Amino acid sequence: MRAVRQVLRQTETGKTGLRRISGTGGTGAFFGRETMAVEGIGARALRKEDKRFITGKGRYTDDIVAPGMGYAAFVRSPHAHARIRSIDSGAASVMPGVDAVLTGDQLVGDGVGNIICGWMIHSKDGSPMKMGGWRALEPEVVRHVGQAVAVVIADTLAQARDAADAVVVDYEELPSVTNAVAALGPDAPQIHPEAEGNLIFDWEIGDEAAVNAAFENAAHVTRMNIQNNRVVPNPMEPRAALADYNSAEEHFTLYTTSQNPHVARLVLSAFYNIAPEHKLRVIAPDVGGGFGAKIYIYPEEMVCLWASKRVNRPVKWACDRTEAFLTDAHGRDHESEAELALDSDNKIIGLRVKTVANLGAYMSLFSSSVPTYLYATLLSGQYNIPAIHANVKAVYTNTTPVDAYRGAGRPEATYLIERMMETAAREVGLSPAEFRRRNFVRSFPHQTPVIMCYDAGDYDATLDAALSAADYDGFAARKAEAASRGKLRGIGLSCYIEACGIAPSAAVGSLGAGVGLWESAEVRVNPVGTIEILTGSHSHGQGHETTFSQLICERFGIDSDSVAIVHGDTDKVQFGMGTYGSRSGAVGMSAIVKALDKVEAKAKKIAAHLMEASEGDIQIEGGELKVAGTDKKLSFTEVALAAYTAHNLPEGMEPGLKEGAFYDPTNFTFPAGTYVCEVEIDPETGKTEIVNFVAADDFGKIINPMIVEGQVHGGLTQGIGQALLESVTYGENGQLLTATYMDYAMPRADDVPSFNLSTHETLCPGNPLGIKGCGEAGAIGSPPAIINAITDAIGNNDLSMPAKPEKVWALYNSTMKQAAE
Amino acid sequence: MYETTYHRAGSVADAVRMIADAEDGKFLGGGQTLLPTMKQRLAAPSDLVDVTKIPEMKGIREEGGQIVIGAATPHAEVAASDLVKSRLPGLATLAGGIGDPAVRHMGTIGGSIANNDPAADYPAALVGLGATVTTSKRTFSAEDFFIGMFDTALDDDEIVISVSFPAAEKSAYAKYPNPASRYAMAGVFVARHSDGSVRVAVTGAGHYGVFRVDGMEEALASNWSPDAVAGIHVDSGGMLHDVHGSAHYRANLVTVMAKRAVAAAG
Amino acid sequence: MSKVSMVLNGKAVSADVEDRTLLVSFIREVRQLTGTHVGCDTSQCGACVVHVDGRAVKSCTMLAAQADGAEVLTIEGLASNGTLHPIQAAFREHHGLQCGFCTPGMILSALDMINRHGAGNLDEKTIRHELEGNICRCTGYHNIVKAIKAASDQMAGMAQAAE
Repeated sequence: MRAVRQVLRQTETGKTGLRRISGTGGTGAFFGRETMAVEGIGARALRKEDKRFITGKGRYTDDIVAPGMGYAAFVRSPHAHARIRSIDSGAASVMPGVDAVLTGDQLVGDGVGNIICGWMIHSKDGSPMKMGGWRALEPEVVRHVGQAVAVVIADTLAQARDAADAVVVDYEELPSVTNAVAALGPDAPQIHPEAEGNLIFDWEIGDEAAVNAAFENAAHVTRMNIQNNRVVPNPMEPRAALADYNSAEEHFTLYTTSQNPHVARLVLSAFYNIAPEHKLRVIAPDVGGGFGAKIYIYPEEMVCLWASKRVNRPVKWACDRTEAFLTDAHGRDHESEAELALDSDNKIIGLRVKTVANLGAYMSLFSSSVPTYLYATLLSGQYNIPAIHANVKAVYTNTTPVDAYRGAGRPEATYLIERMMETAAREVGLSPAEFRRRNFVRSFPHQTPVIMCYDAGDYDATLDAALSAADYDGFAARKAEAASRGKLRGIGLSCYIEACGIAPSAAVGSLGAGVGLWESAEVRVNPVGTIEILTGSHSHGQGHETTFSQLICERFGIDSDSVAIVHGDTDKVQFGMGTYGSRSGAVGMSAIVKALDKVEAKAKKIAAHLMEASEGDIQIEGGELKVAGTDKKLSFTEVALAAYTAHNLPEGMEPGLKEGAFYDPTNFTFPAGTYVCEVEIDPETGKTEIVNFVAADDFGKIINPMIVEGQVHGGLTQGIGQALLESVTYGENGQLLTATYMDYAMPRADDVPSFNLSTHETLCPGNPLGIKGCGEAGAIGSPPAIINAITDAIGNNDLSMPAKPEKVWALYNSTMKQAAE
Repeated sequence: MYETTYHRAGSVADAVRMIADAEDGKFLGGGQTLLPTMKQRLAAPSDLVDVTKIPEMKGIREEGGQIVIGAATPHAEVAASDLVKSRLPGLATLAGGIGDPAVRHMGTIGGSIANNDPAADYPAALVGLGATVTTSKRTFSAEDFFIGMFDTALDDDEIVISVSFPAAEKSAYAKYPNPASRYAMAGVFVARHSDGSVRVAVTGAGHYGVFRVDGMEEALASNWSPDAVAGIHVDSGGMLHDVHGSAHYRANLVTVMAKRAVAAAG
Repeated sequence: MSKVSMVLNGKAVSADVEDRTLLVSFIREVRQLTGTHVGCDTSQCGACVVHVDGRAVKSCTMLAAQADGAEVLTIEGLASNGTLHPIQAAFREHHGLQCGFCTPGMILSALDMINRHGAGNLDEKTIRHELEGNICRCTGYHNIVKAIKAASDQMAGMAQAAE
């Protein structure tokens, strides 16, 4: 009945799709003893990139040196909002080793453009969003603590920092505001002249009249105020840049920690006027995690490029962790009011949401899309909701800019709808699982009232699998046993859906995107038959060198050692859009498949010609091109060589065996699943321990289960961090109180459990491999499951993230007190 | 970090002379607090005098019924010491819970107590066990040594040489760590001595650093059980309040950790 | 400026450096061994963990001068004669790394905990507790814990076989 195939609860040795031609199968403990396996789609292929990382041979931006390079240190605002009266760099500029102290006046004078937001949103009255000016070095008014106002370039980093300390900036402090709702208030300070009342846009989606009608007819309404806490992405590698200007060639090279070097080059060139694209090479070498924070083009990287020309030497900058907290784009920060209308059968008939989104002091590159098209369009969840209306106000505050962080909008939507679902179920007296099941979408394609058209899924399957793996039915006994030990045990669900591979380009363009969201690939078969894949996707932990190679192994039956994945360098790779939004599989791999189709077709033509056979009879198997039904065959190497010697090609055929493709998807993809979290709470301290976490996901086709599991583990842990530990806190006067790991709690090994995962495949009909994407699901789906479990345990629903022990302890005590009264 | 001049002292006399010669010198133990502070440019000593290689400041020994720990002894060594584990299990637990394994390899007891961070663990053990601090000039009782937040009775040119702990009949330490820094939000050291006297010392929670809880000490002296302290609450007026927890919550943690420490002591 | 000498990955090295030079800067910038990383300023993240005289330390919280005369081991010195150390191999086998940035510190912390507890004596809870000073943002620790357990058990087997 269900078109679902239980793909795995893979054991460690369950290598589906594995075809070994020879090999070790051992620990891979020797450099020279690489597996010679042909590991295609579905294989748990070990990662090709690992050997450099486990031996210290990774090459990250800060590892790279250029002859004669100097170091940059930034002078940053200690105030959240202040007018700059003067900057005195006299003393600093004559300190030992100092080349220059550069300020915003010089930057503006050199014609460097303002930093822009690349997604236009229109308010419901039709007016365009109000974007305030953002300069890479601010000459007039600083708007958040940590904003750069000057940079020192010196021979050593220590000298640069010594001199940066000696730059004297005279500020006139202005009133500041950090909370978005407060920023909309009548007494709030005005942050940008362009945005009156600090309102960037007042946007809406859905049919308000239909929603109002639904609420009039509702048998039950569930109402909640829901906050989504501000967090910091925190890739372990801080941002860094090495900018190298060659005055003879008038050419710039930028090594940088980017998830999308081509987009960086485009923006640096087209908007910031650093250099025309052909005079600017951007290289993103090994990048130590991104999670969204490394999508954007930040002031510091721009300034390094500009300064490199100014001082005529390469300039290196490496962010320290506190600078990262102050300047990396933050994530989330929503305050919402939500109302869910049910009919007398407990079916949802309407959803009304009002959200205030804090975008910080400036509009970062994709900031406007996050609380709009990446958020409100997912409010339908896995459910049939006939009427939805959402209103989103985006607001300036004197805080670090906010942009996409793992999930970007979808975690906020999922947290909202999944807390509402759990709460509504409790209110109407249905089990949370049954209430969700009663409202599931079951027929596809399914058009929601908020743009999205879900293409394929089986939400019952993932719910069933998760409940079974979590032994949901046995919970009551476990709760009783925990109570005997003095612990409060709770269980919570989350049935998430998300949208990945944001596309197609024409559609996102119509919604305001400033770029297309396709991907490119080039397949280069070398004369000896080895293959290089040039991809516009970028790997910063995702393992593309392994998974992309698996596509080639699958197609041509060659071993993965014969394949190289080339990425992250604008001089090597044709244009590409980079990696974010779980798009590398669904979009990036699809481009590779398209290019492979072309290579395969040409290789078959050549083979048919050489073997005097019909093209249709050529089959590719085990690295050979064979004539079906005969023993005639040519190795892949022989065909490649023939393509390049060009001594004997079909009439009119161009030499060579190299093809490119651009792939623009037809729709978003829709990964979905159910997460079940079980917690135990220490009532004396309020500390939550996650005692079991089950994830049942539908990611469509899986190329490498090992890597997919790793993505889920990481996403879940970031979700646990948001739900239990992580919280950006601003103090009075807009000071960031959580600017180091001493004060910002990152999840550590003893904060998280081992996870119980499974996947359940329905193929995505929109791309050739059927991939949906897996990079963000864990971070999207987990927070509501955790909070639902805690509120279940303590019997109090008035809980916001992060569920710090004190908060849980106080809520539980107040519940007990009320019960006693 | 601002430039500084590093010296390695071979003896206590050496160290004291080096500090005297320095414009604004500081003794350097393991550096696990001082170096991060210097990296953030919040401290800028002209000279650092490394005391960790001074033989008379190293090692753990039993002397006249006391456990004597050299000031330059790293936390890991205290935690792993069979002598400490058998005679003062609470102290071994405490040392084994400071920072993380790498920090424990560098950080020293002398450096920790000389800094007197209000959230550091060691002050609770010193006060809880009634330890004696021996310096290059004199000896202090633990309670006279710790004056207040980041403040001790040490002169600028005075160096801690060792700490002597009287062996206790029972001892234990329970700590509720800050989820970010893993410093104590409340750490309670309980000890019962052979003369029947009891001490309860609290770190991490109080405004002024380590303090004793008289009410708990009295209750435990007559009834050594977790229940004896369960109903005793410290005044939240003297507790720290910050982004990690309110004074009210910290006061609660003191009671809870005290109960757990007594339970652990057995 | 002072002359700092040490045995780094088995090789005697020395250099004149400012006294404020951190051990991690000596390793990365003076000796150009860039496998040791810096991920925070406050001694929490553990990306900079190396061994000094056989014990794990955070090289961002130690002056190079403090390591004068010491033996220092970094990730580059762990494999011998082209053979991966069992912990390195286990991290790969169990997918205990993604972006790779925290990995050198994780591996050296793992080696330290196995040395202290004895090969084969680590359970999941102990490993998680022992990793208190190492932060990973990619893996959720699940596979790191598995890798360390596997390496510990494998090293116990190797020790037994050698007896």
